[in-house]
Amino acid sequence: MLGQCATVHDRKRPGIRTVYNAIHIRSEPVNARATTHAWYKTGSRIFLQAKSYLSKWVIMSDAIPLSFRVPAPEIRPGDAPDFSGVDIPRAGSVRRPPVDSDPEELRDLAFTIIRVMSRDGDAVGDWTLDLDEEDLRLGLTHMMRLRAFDARMLMAQRQGKTSFYMQHLGEEAISCAFQRALQPGDMNFPTYRQAGLLIAQDYPMFLMMCQIYSNEKDPNHGRQLPIMYSSKEHGFFSISGNLATQYPQAVGWAMASAISRDSKIAAGWVGDGSTAESDFHAAMVFASTYKAPVVLNIVNNQWAISTFQGIAKGDAGTFAARGHGFGIPALRVDGNDYLAVLAVARWAAERARRNLGPTLVEYVTYRAGGHSTSDDPSAYRPREEGDAWPLGDPVLRFKNFLIKQGLWSEARQAQLQAEIEDEVITAQKEAEAIGTLSSGNTPSARDMFEDVYAEMPPHLVRQRQEAGF
Amino acid sequence: MTGSTTTMTMIEAIQNAHDIAMQRDERVVVYGEDVGFFGGVFRCTAGLQEKYGPQRCFDAPINESGIVGTAIGMAAYGLLPCIEIQFSDYVYPAYDQIVSEAARLRHRSGGDFTCPLVIRMPVGGGIFGGQTHSQSPEAVFTHVSGLKTVMPSNPYDAKGLLIASIEDPDPVIFLEPKRLYNGPFDGHYEKPVVPWRDHDSGTVPQDYYTVPLGKAAVRREGAALTILAYGTMVYVAEAATADTGIDAEIIDLRSLLPLDLDTITASVAKTGRCVVVHEATRTSGFGAELSALVQEECFYHLEAPVTRVTGWDTPYPHAQEWDYFPSPERLGRAMRDVMEAV
Ligand SMILES: Cc1ncc(C[n+]2csc(CCOP(=O)(O)OP(=O)(O)O)c2C)c(N)n1
Ligand SMILES: [Mg+2]
Repeated sequence: MLGQCATVHDRKRPGIRTVYNAIHIRSEPVNARATTHAWYKTGSRIFLQAKSYLSKWVIMSDAIPLSFRVPAPEIRPGDAPDFSGVDIPRAGSVRRPPVDSDPEELRDLAFTIIRVMSRDGDAVGDWTLDLDEEDLRLGLTHMMRLRAFDARMLMAQRQGKTSFYMQHLGEEAISCAFQRALQPGDMNFPTYRQAGLLIAQDYPMFLMMCQIYSNEKDPNHGRQLPIMYSSKEHGFFSISGNLATQYPQAVGWAMASAISRDSKIAAGWVGDGSTAESDFHAAMVFASTYKAPVVLNIVNNQWAISTFQGIAKGDAGTFAARGHGFGIPALRVDGNDYLAVLAVARWAAERARRNLGPTLVEYVTYRAGGHSTSDDPSAYRPREEGDAWPLGDPVLRFKNFLIKQGLWSEARQAQLQAEIEDEVITAQKEAEAIGTLSSGNTPSARDMFEDVYAEMPPHLVRQRQEAGF
Repeated sequence: MTGSTTTMTMIEAIQNAHDIAMQRDERVVVYGEDVGFFGGVFRCTAGLQEKYGPQRCFDAPINESGIVGTAIGMAAYGLLPCIEIQFSDYVYPAYDQIVSEAARLRHRSGGDFTCPLVIRMPVGGGIFGGQTHSQSPEAVFTHVSGLKTVMPSNPYDAKGLLIASIEDPDPVIFLEPKRLYNGPFDGHYEKPVVPWRDHDSGTVPQDYYTVPLGKAAVRREGAALTILAYGTMVYVAEAATADTGIDAEIIDLRSLLPLDLDTITASVAKTGRCVVVHEATRTSGFGAELSALVQEECFYHLEAPVTRVTGWDTPYPHAQEWDYFPSPERLGRAMRDVMEAV
C-alpha cells in the first residue's frame, strides 16, 4: 500500500502531512476545475502537484501499477483433487456454549467446524444429543428416501418425462436434520436444494412428483419449474427461481411472528454463491436490527454452478463470519454430519424461540452432483473431486455410526434400501398414472389465468376468452 | 463486404463479437456469473478468459446490482464493460443501477461522466423454463430514457449489433432470444428446428463489421399487411405468413430504441394494415408503443385497426408454455382478421 501513496508536505503549515492514494495516474495535469491536485508521471517517478492552499509543493513516490486480482480455484479438470487446505477439526473438539451467550463470546465458532460423529463412528463432544433409537432410524430413513427420490427423478428427467431436475447428492443431512429441529407452524424459506424439509415431514412423494411432472395433481397447477414446491401446511414457503429473495422474507415472517406475539420461528436458506446477493445482506440488517426469531442458513456446497465459493467470499474469513459485522452469532457446522446439523439447528432454533434473536449457520458440504440437469460439472472441476471431499458421504457416515452403536446392520440397511426404493417406485407409478409433462396430461391452459389476482380483472377475462377458454 | 464467411450459431456469433471487440480495443472487459472460466451457461463467452486473461474476462459474484453498478464505475473510468446477466429474469435487482444511474449519468452530469456499457441477457421462452427463465422484459427498458434496447434475431445481426453496441457511447441493453441460440425457431414446436448452418443468416463474416443501432430489416416484402416483429417472433411471423398464404411484409425491428420509424411507416403506408407481435405480456408492452406510433404516423393509410398478438398478461407458465407462446396459429388468426376488416 505504501508504494501507492504519496506524502505531501504543506509548506504553509509545517508539520502537516497529507497522504494521498495514487488512484489517478495521469501524464497530463488534470483539469483544475475538477480537482485540487494532479499527478504527473516522468519515467517511473510519479509526482503529485497539489493545487490551491497546498500551492506548488510536490512530493513524489515511486510508481507501482495497481493490479487486478480475480480469485480462482487451485484445482481444475485434469488436476488431482486437493482439499488439504480445508481445515477440519476433530469431532467433539468444539465447545457448545449456552444459547444466551453474548454474541461477542461466540466469534470463534464461525471459524471452526462443529462435528459430532468421529471417524470411528462414535458421537462425541458437547454437541452430542440424547436421541432415541426411533429418531436415529428416522434420520437415516429420511436421507435415504431423499437420495432414492433424487435418483428416480433424475432418471425421469433423462427419460424426457419432465423438463428439469435438481438433486441433493451429498447434502441430504442438512435439510433432513434441520427440519427435525422445527415445530409445526414454523416456516422455512427454502432454496431449490432443501427437499429434505418436506421428506422429513413425510410430505407425500407422490405430490412432489406430480409437481415435477406438472400434471393435473400438481399443487402448483403446472405453473412452476420442476422442484419449485410449495406447502404452507408443511412450513415450506413457495420456492422462487430468483436467488436469495427468500432470505429477507424469512426475516420478515419472523418479525411478523414477534409483532404478533406468536411463538413461531422462521428459517431462511441460501447457497454459498447466493450470499453475494444484496438480499442476503438486507436480511442480515433487518434480522440484527429487530433481533428477529429466525435461523439464517447458508449451505456452502463449495460451488455455485461453475463458480467456486471464493468468488462469493474472496479468500478472507468464512461465510459464517459475515454474521459478525451484524453482531449475529454465527456457527459453522459439518453439513455431512447428521447429528451435528441437528444439534446446531436445535441450538439456533432455541435461541430464536427464546427471543434471543437470529443465528447464522454455515453448513460445510459438497455438491456431489451437477448443479442441475442442465449442467456438466466435469467442464470446471475434476470428476474425482466429490470422492476426495474430506467430510465424506452423509448417508454412509450415519449408517456406519448406527452400526458401530449396535443399532443397525448391513442386512437391515439393505432391507431398508429395498423398502425405500419400493415406496419411491410406487409413488412414481401413481404420479405417472396421472400424467407427466411429456404425456400431456397437464393442467388446462385455462388455469394459467387463475390466481394472477384474487379476482380476475376484465382484461384477463377478455384474454382468456381470446385464448379460447 | 470483404473477407471470408463461416457458419455460426447465434451463440458463436456473440462469442465472436466479444472476441473481435476485445481484440480491437483493450478497454473492453467482459464479466458476469459463470462467464469467466466456464464461458457462460450458454457459452457466449467461451474461450475469452483463456485468450485475454482473467483481468478482462472473469466470473462475478451472484449479485446483479453489483455487476451493473461496478460496470457503471468502470465505464465512468473509461473502460468499455460488456456484462452478462445470466437470464433477463434476474436483472431486476440491478434495475435501480440501470434506470437511476446508467441511463441518466450523461444527462445529470452534463456530459461530464458517461456510461458506455452493454448489458447482455437472454430473453424469451420456449425452453420450458417456467416463470423465471422465460420473460421478455424489453418494455421495462424501452420505457427508460437514456437507454438503448436491441434484440437481434439471427447470428449475423447478433454479431454486428453487439460490436456496434460495445462501440456505442451510451448504455445498451442487448437482449438475446435464447430460443434462437441454436436455430430459427418458428413456433412449430412439434417440428425439428433448422440449425443455423442451414439458414442464410447463419452465414457470418469472420471479420469485423457492425449492424447499426436504429435500422430495421425487411425480412419479407409483401403488399397485404405489415407485421412488426423482433426476436423469435420474426420466425413465427414467417411461419404464419407461409401457413396463411397472406402476402405479409415482415419487419424485424432489431433495434427497439432507437426505432427505425421510417421503415415502419413506409411499409404501413404501402399495406394499410399492421399486426404487431411480441412474446412479452401485452399491457404496457412495447407493442402498445408501436401501435400508438403507427396510429399517429399512418392513420390516414390504415384500413383496419392495428392489432397486437402477444403473450398473455400472466406469469410465463411451465406446463402451458405453448398456450402462452404466441403461436403461428394465433398470429395467423389475427392476420386474417386484419385482412377481413373493412
Ligand atoms: C437472481 C438470480 N441470479 C442468477 C440466477 C442463476 N442461478 C441459478 S442457481 C445459481 C447458482 C447458485 O449457487 P449457490 O447459491 O451456491 O446454490 P447451489 O446451487 O450451490 O445450491 C445461479 C447463478 C438466479 N436463479 N437468480
Ligand atoms: Mg453452492
